[in-house]
Amino acid sequence: MWQYRLREVKHLLHNRSLLLIVLVILAFLVLFVIFPLIKVLQNGVFYNGKFVPQYFLQFFSGQRYVIRPFFNSLLVAALVAVTSTLIGFIFAYATTRTDIPCKRFFRLIATVPIVSPPFIMALAAILLLGRQGMVTAFIQRTLGFSWNIYGLPGLILTETFAFFPMAFLILEGVLSGIAPSLEESALDMGASKLRTFLRVTLPLATPGIAGALLLTLTRSLEDFGDPIIIQGRFPVLTTQIYLAITGMYNIPLGATLAIILLVPTVLAFVLQRYWLSRKSYITVTGKPSSSALVRVSPWAKWSLFSVVSLFSFVIIVFYAVVILGSFTKLWGIDNTFTLEHYRYAFTVGTRYLVDSLELAAIATAIGGVLGLMIAYVVTSKRLIGRGLIDFLSMINFAVPGIVIGIGYIFAFNTPPIVLTGTAMIIILVFLSQRTPAVVRDGVAMLQQLDPVIDEAAADLGAGFFRTFGRVILPLTAPALVAGMAYMFAACITSISAVIMVVSAHWYLITVQLLAAVDIGALSVAAVYGVLILMSVMGAIILMDVVISRILLRRTYHGR
Amino acid sequence: MAAELILRDLTKVFSGKGEQVVAVDKMNLQVSEGQLVTLLGPSGCGKTTTLRMIGGLEIPTQGEISLDQKTITYLPPQRRDTATVFQSYGLFPHMSIFENVAFGLKVRRRPRKEIRERVLETLSLVGLTGLEKRSPNHLSGGQQQRVALARALVIEPKVLLFDEPLSNLDAKLRVETREHIRRIQRSLHITSIYVTHDQAEAMSISDQVAVMNGGLLQQIGPPYEIYAHPANRFVADFIGRANFLKADIVGGSRDRLEIRLIGNVELNIPATPGVSPGDRVVAVVRPEAVDVLPNAEEGDMTATVILAHYTGSLATYKLSLPGDEAIEVEVMNPQEKGFLPEGTAVGVRFHRQSVHLLRE
Repeated sequence: MWQYRLREVKHLLHNRSLLLIVLVILAFLVLFVIFPLIKVLQNGVFYNGKFVPQYFLQFFSGQRYVIRPFFNSLLVAALVAVTSTLIGFIFAYATTRTDIPCKRFFRLIATVPIVSPPFIMALAAILLLGRQGMVTAFIQRTLGFSWNIYGLPGLILTETFAFFPMAFLILEGVLSGIAPSLEESALDMGASKLRTFLRVTLPLATPGIAGALLLTLTRSLEDFGDPIIIQGRFPVLTTQIYLAITGMYNIPLGATLAIILLVPTVLAFVLQRYWLSRKSYITVTGKPSSSALVRVSPWAKWSLFSVVSLFSFVIIVFYAVVILGSFTKLWGIDNTFTLEHYRYAFTVGTRYLVDSLELAAIATAIGGVLGLMIAYVVTSKRLIGRGLIDFLSMINFAVPGIVIGIGYIFAFNTPPIVLTGTAMIIILVFLSQRTPAVVRDGVAMLQQLDPVIDEAAADLGAGFFRTFGRVILPLTAPALVAGMAYMFAACITSISAVIMVVSAHWYLITVQLLAAVDIGALSVAAVYGVLILMSVMGAIILMDVVISRILLRRTYHGR
Repeated sequence: MAAELILRDLTKVFSGKGEQVVAVDKMNLQVSEGQLVTLLGPSGCGKTTTLRMIGGLEIPTQGEISLDQKTITYLPPQRRDTATVFQSYGLFPHMSIFENVAFGLKVRRRPRKEIRERVLETLSLVGLTGLEKRSPNHLSGGQQQRVALARALVIEPKVLLFDEPLSNLDAKLRVETREHIRRIQRSLHITSIYVTHDQAEAMSISDQVAVMNGGLLQQIGPPYEIYAHPANRFVADFIGRANFLKADIVGGSRDRLEIRLIGNVELNIPATPGVSPGDRVVAVVRPEAVDVLPNAEEGDMTATVILAHYTGSLATYKLSLPGDEAIEVEVMNPQEKGFLPEGTAVGVRFHRQSVHLLRE
């Protein structure tokens, strides 16, 4: 076997352009993905060069301030996973199995939160239910007691709304993949509708449900934007890591909490990728027929409709409140219309928006090309080391943003590579955090492409760069542009990792939004929220135009 | 631009999930300048894998490939002077026909004027003049096949590789196109390797046919040799149709042998190298090398017709011979010779010249 490996190496050495790109990719992955992670691990257990795992000892001896955020995080994540999967399932069942009206509208509502930043939900929740919240004030006036949303209830509420769309997308795919004939035969054999649902539909959807639970669990564990706004006196791991590093300058504590956070997130990721992916009961029978609309009783249909409508209504209200809040003089106290906050935001905050757009655009341009190149290398058949690159490039899927962020601080604050305070470090954080998604999309795109096309290009004498630029890129352009639009949206709305590396020179609008919330300037925060949402919408509209008006017109039809 | 291609002990083992498959096993082959050699065999015999190793699309597990005395085993496809016509063509769907054919020349940084001239020249050679602005998707299968051929020809490779290039065409077009390919290959004198599972295709266009099975090269030779003197039972059976009869060599001289078939029928036939008196052998008898005589008393032995098919130009019979053996026989022009119904007793005469012996 080693002789064959040697031959593969010899082949790569003779293929100079591919060798170059493999080395560049490896250098990027090692320097900007692996190195920061190693620094986190190192700082967690070493102090001044000695092995001092003091916070781990405290963790295992049950010290409250180390162990409490851990259990808080797990509690929130477990509850959010259950609620968002439940709601996601209700939406998915309603849109795939019943003929309720306004399906497309509900589908839209259930997918919008995916591209909008999660903390918009927290901002809306505070505007409604915070200390000066509209509903809070109403309760105070009519019922005479004061209550607010801060803490566990706020986290559950906002994260559920932020993350149920992921569960919805998974379960929608799973439910429409279950052949309706299975359910119909159960009904034909005399099973009741409820029994059919419990004994046929639900078991078949189990792997999908488990996948949705794991994904939303991970999202909640990693979430930073919502807890920093709404956690109140209920500290979770991500926010405690942030405070340990930026508030207490306690690097070993921050690193230790980061390692503790890594354990459940990596575990959930591994379970999802290597265990669940093999346990699928999806019956492949082509597209679901119209008879997928299993005969649901009118009672069930209209109760599903009411639940789905209620949640959609709340989501719309949440977004509306943010927009409303941005035009309100002093939220909760003086509710008159004003453009003052916009004027303020545009005088003070324009540069944050410009920085965000600029850095996100640069990162997206690099990330799109880099991601597709990694995908190309990973799917190349005759290439040694593709398995390693595949593994390395997927690591940051499993690593929470806040851990990437502190890794970058540890790694690039001191020589040999000093990047603190530069635009470069923000771009690199965006890249290391968001490229894995482009790679995954790119691999899917390339697997659609007939491998002979790539082989023909090489056979005719084209090296890596020409094959990539003249054949691979043009043929995958529409899908790549879509992937890049989502990467751009993800960068613009990004907070957890970049909050650690912003500087006076380079600041981001998401970080500025949190700062505004922190000083109680909720209306200004709302303005920033609206600007972020508009940027995201702009990117997606632009993507649509580029794909349909330019790319699809230019390429030949009917491949 | 033609060149000599040599494969030495070329081996490819595919391994995955604890399983190892030997796709090509110690293949040795020498293709001289300007020749067209066909790799012929059933699917899974390793012929396409061999071709892909020559083109650099597959890395050999062992062995070497050399082109014009230079080892090319470790070169990537883009650095080999080979060009492939792929089974599914692999045309670039986002480029016009002109751009497809020009691709290899642009890679080689030829001047614009030269590219234009050579592309148009090659398109006219394959009969596609006037279609250069079309998209590959707007061409018929036969036209796409010719674009693929033009795209490979235009870069003037030292070796042309054909990977079942006609398998996606209908039967009539296949015959036309293979003749076209052979004509161009001869006139340009390009060393070529041609992979196919269709023996008629292989026999009609090749200088040499290399028959493969289970990753092993079974025999290589000109079409006539392969058919008349198959090296083993597989080749005899795979190329054309063959009857196998047990026989003993009972005597012989330098260039003739005396064999005894079942029923003590003795035949005096031309000698086959490698066998000698006293050997137990298998006699290969082609269906068209047997006469069926209406009079059962005539010929070498008596037989009974157990199946009879009439196809117009041919009558095909299955005859049962004494000693539980059966042979298939083809009779040309049954109008003249008469069609014999099942159950008829007939005489059988073997054509001595055409009997070939295999070691048991």
